Order: sequence, then structure tokens, then C-alpha cells
Amino acid sequence: MAVIEIKQVAKNFGAFTALHSVDLTIADQEFMVLLGASGCGKTTLLRIIAGLETPTAGEVWIGGRRVDHLPPRERGIAMVFQNYAVFPHLTVFENIAFGLRMKKMDQAEVTRRVTRTAELMHIEQLLKRYSGELSGGQRQRVAVARALAMEPDVILMDEPLSNLDALLRLEMRAELKGVLAESNTTTIYVTHDQVEAMSLADRISVMNGGRIVQAANPVEVYRNPAARFVGSFIGNPPMNFLTATPVGPGKWQVAGQTYDGPHAQAAEFAVRPEDLHPADHGLPAEVRVVEPLGPHTLVTTTVAGQPFRAVLESTLMPRPGDVIHLAPVPDRIRWFDPATQTALC
Amino acid sequence: MPRLLPYLLLLPATAFLCLFFLYPFVQVAHDSVMRGGVYTLENFTRMAGHWKFSTAFWNTMLLAAVVVPVQLAMALTMASIVTKLQRGRSSILYIFAIPLGISDLAAGLIWLSVFEQSGFLNSLLVGLGVVDRPILLLGYQNTWVIFIAIALAEVWRATAIMMVILVAGMGLIPKEYGEAADVFGASRWQKFRRVTLPMLKPSLQTALILRVILAFEVFAVVVALGGTQLPVLMSETYHWQFAMQERGVAAAYAMVILAVSVAFTILILRLLHVPKGARV
Ligand SMILES: Nc1ncnc2c1ncn2[C@@H]1O[C@H](COP(=O)(O)OP(=O)(O)O)[C@@H](O)[C@H]1O
Ligand SMILES: [Mg+2]
Repeated sequence: MAVIEIKQVAKNFGAFTALHSVDLTIADQEFMVLLGASGCGKTTLLRIIAGLETPTAGEVWIGGRRVDHLPPRERGIAMVFQNYAVFPHLTVFENIAFGLRMKKMDQAEVTRRVTRTAELMHIEQLLKRYSGELSGGQRQRVAVARALAMEPDVILMDEPLSNLDALLRLEMRAELKGVLAESNTTTIYVTHDQVEAMSLADRISVMNGGRIVQAANPVEVYRNPAARFVGSFIGNPPMNFLTATPVGPGKWQVAGQTYDGPHAQAAEFAVRPEDLHPADHGLPAEVRVVEPLGPHTLVTTTVAGQPFRAVLESTLMPRPGDVIHLAPVPDRIRWFDPATQTALC
Repeated sequence: MPRLLPYLLLLPATAFLCLFFLYPFVQVAHDSVMRGGVYTLENFTRMAGHWKFSTAFWNTMLLAAVVVPVQLAMALTMASIVTKLQRGRSSILYIFAIPLGISDLAAGLIWLSVFEQSGFLNSLLVGLGVVDRPILLLGYQNTWVIFIAIALAEVWRATAIMMVILVAGMGLIPKEYGEAADVFGASRWQKFRRVTLPMLKPSLQTALILRVILAFEVFAVVVALGGTQLPVLMSETYHWQFAMQERGVAAAYAMVILAVSVAFTILILRLLHVPKGARV
């Protein structure tokens, strides 16, 4: 049982603020992904939870216990490091057993746990080897096995798949999801890869500039971005944004078309490229580039002088220079406040 | 030509070493088995037959056995502390390195000024009223005081070199390993014992070999503090070479020092061997 509560945690490195008052609650056994671009503070937040970094302000609670003054080993956590940190001087067996040995667990139990987690991670044939004799993927498996063997309340992972090649990453991703779903741990997983985040997470916390901009389940984050940043960061290609002018209460004109929108002073129109289809009446889009991708065709256009992308059926093949009309699916239109950059409803 | 260039550039240094190191070495080895123009082991029998040989041998071994472990423990402790420092690290390193800049004879003289009859220690003891008048500390009646004084001087003089090597070695260990140890429940001692120490093996090898060899060659400090009261291998070599004018026996002593040094070097390399797959 381990709920993690992060209360107003801030971190300064000298004059630089890496985290601005972060609040986040992670439910017991939840798989939480911290997603954001490089340098947004994901690692810093994870290290504060682990106890490898002290917060400048705020509190960290794990399983109802305040832990921000405790050393890492008293927090009931295990961690998978980005560069694995598999000890070179120990065999795979002793690496997996490391945490158990520190607890002075008896040999029978150590062997049982190491064997079990090694089987789980499919590395039982490597137990006698040293890490210098392992591939990157195998080292990764050892690092995960070492964390699982602790049977911790919380597992923290910092971009664990980022050093693997694309194919291996796909394979490990599915495997991690399976293995962690079966354990009863709360997981915090840091990544900058939105596909990884989407596929693994129960909930995603999108971070930007040392703040959490949105924490919600993957579909929610994708469909209803709480901020313009989330829309532009998540989705490939990202969300389209167009300026809108008010033409009446709740009525907005966008590139000559009128749409129902929020009752507000100013608003920005947004729609995902997937939520557009060609129609007789719609946003007039001048085609720039056409990229057939197999299942879909990605069309890059300009609408009222602003870049605008659409993902269309692959049977449609407009040519550069054509003007097509793109109609958004009505309930997929989103509006953002241009001043605060947050969603309007 | 470009392929030969590196060798060409190394040639002067290699020639220099051959001329001034390899040649004298072969000469000494030759001298040790040559007496009166014939090859013989008599130099060695003369050396071993003299009553001072076994004293000198065991004094040298005992000094090394006392000094090196103390230095190792101190150097490891100091290096661990220095490595953790956030600021002022290089200043501390410079201060610790001061004794390195002092010759061993000077170091011996400094400690002599502490231990001699009119020295600091006696002044202090008299001042505190522990003794009525200065006592002869470094006399022949208490060789153990001489031994302690030499050991102290050696520790004071040559611990820093080990520490500097170990600080460099600790700096090479990626921080993540220590953090992994923290996260997986290691106490400070466990982290040191189970992670830092094993990963420090290559530097420990270097530091220990260097120190052990220098310990077998201890000379100036011994002479400064003990005169002839505490014979060691090196002082006996000197004695046979210059006082007795017995080149052959001196060469035999030199060969013994060499043999002991080589034996311990091999031992240290074996004990601290890192298997190929287990390197960082
Ligand atoms: N020890 C440190 N000293 C100074 N600045 C740091 C330190 N660690 C991280 N930072 C800065 O804090 C910001 C967030 O870093 P980090 O948490 O590693 O980002 P992320 O993991 O999201 O890429 C970065 O701008 C980084 O330069
Ligand atoms: Mg990071």
C-alpha cells in the first residue's frame, strides 16, 4: 500500500528554479508517467521522491509517511536508472540480490527471489555473468530485475528504455507493462517519449518548465489538453491552432468560418489533425506538402496564413497548390485562452 | 613514415632509459654474482651470514607491515571525505600534498627535531611536568621508540601520495553506482565496502604497489632518526657499498630488495585482480 503525495515541492539549483511548487498525488498501485521535454525537471522530481536530491521546499509522503527527510533506503522504493547502474564488479545474480543482501535476508530467500525475478525478466541463463558481458538490453533487464526483487512499494524509473534501439524498446515496453501490472507496486516512470507514455500509463503528468501542466489518463490528455502546451506536445503531428475573432456571444469566426465556442473575451481555436475531414464547407486550406504514410496521408497546409495539418484517408491525394476545405468534427474542437494558454470551456 | 613516427618520437626516451636504467640494473645484477672475477653466490652467503642481515630484513618488513596498512586506512578515509566535499576540495588536496614536496631526509630531520633530547616532545613533557628533565628517546635501549618515530615520519610523509591516487580513482567511479547503492539499502559502510572499494581496485593496485616498493626502500628517514640503531635493507646496502667497500655484497642486497618488491607487486596484482568482464 503506497500512495505517493507530493506537496508543493520546489527545487532551486542556485538561481535556477528547476521545479516550481509541484503538487501531485499518485494512487496506490498506479502507473504514473512523468512526460515532458528534456530539461523540464522530470529527473529532478523523480530524484526528490527517491531521496537522491533534497527539495528546496515542500513535502514528500509515501504510504502515509513523510519521507523527505529520510535517506533513500528508508523510503521503501526501488529504482531503475537511466544508465542502468548495474554494478560491474558483481555477477548478474549478485546484482539482483544486492538490495536483499543489504537487508541481510537469508540465502534461501535471496535465491528464491533472484531466481523468480530473473525468470520474470528472462535472464535466468545470465545469472553467472558480469555486466561487461551483457548487451544493453540485457543490462536493462538486470536493472529491472534488481528493482523487482526488492518487492518494493514503489518503483521509480528514469527513462529506462531510452538507451535501447527502437525494436528492443517496443519489446521491452510491452514486457514492462505486463510485469509491473502483475506486481503490486506504485510506479513512477519518467520519459520524454509520448508514445511510451501513452502505452504504459494509467495517468500521465505532463511537465513543462518545472511545472505539472496536466495530470490525467492518456485519453483525456490527448482529447482534452488542459493547456495549449499539452496539445502541442502530445500527438504526432501535434494539435493545430488558429486565431479566432468573436462575432457574437459564444460565436467565433475562424478563417471565414463560424463556430460555436466559449463565452470569453478572447480565444484560440484548436483541433487535432485526425479530427478533420474534407467537406464542401470548411476551413479553406492551401496544400503545401502531401506525405502518404500508408494507412493515412499527412497533408500540411496553410489556413489563413497559419500552418495547419490534417491526417486524411490515404485514398485522398490532394496536390500541392490545391485549396481544400477541411471540416472539424464538431465535438473535437477545443478552445484556449490566449493569455493564460489554458483550456476554455 | 607516419607509421614510424611515434616510434621515432619515443626513441630518445627509450634510449635514455636503456642507458641509465637498464644498463646499471644489469651491471648490479652482474656484480651480485661476481666475486674476484668468477661467478659465485658468495656475495649472497656473505650477506646472509652477517648477523645484521636478518635484523635488517625483518625490520624492513615490519616497518612496511605497520606503515602501509596505516597509510592505506588513512588514505582511504581521507579520500572518501575529500571526494564528498562540495567546495574547497583542491585547497584541501594541496594542503595534504605538502609533505610530498619534502625530501625524505628533510622529513626525517623534521621528526628528529620532535624526538631528539632537546626536541619538541621533550620540551612538552618537561613543560607539562610529566618528566623532570629531558629523556633520551632515540637511544639504543629503546629501539621501539625509534621504530615508532620512523613509522610516524613515514606515515606523515607518504600518505598523501596514496590519497591523491585514491581521490583520482574515486572520481572515476560514476556517481550512479553510489546512488544505486543508496536506493537499494546500503548503509554508508556497506556502500564503501560493497561498491566503492571493489570499484577502486585499479587505483588501489597502483597506490599499494607504489607505496610498498617505496616502503622496502626506506632509508633517509631511518638514518636520520635511528642512525645505525635500526638497520634496514637499504641502510645495509649503503653500509656495504661505502663503509665496507664490498660492491658485490651491496649488489646482493639490492637484488634482495628487488626480489621482495617484485614478489609483493605480483601478490598485489593477484589479490586485486579484476576479472575482464567485471571492469567498468
Ligand atoms: N545538479 C544540478 N545543478 C544545476 N542544474 C541542474 C542540476 N540538475 C538538473 N539541473 C537543471 O534542472 C533542469 C531540469 O533537469 P532534469 O530534471 O534533469 O530534466 P529532465 O530530466 O526533465 O530532462 C535542467 O535545466 C537542468 O539543467
Ligand atoms: Mg532526465
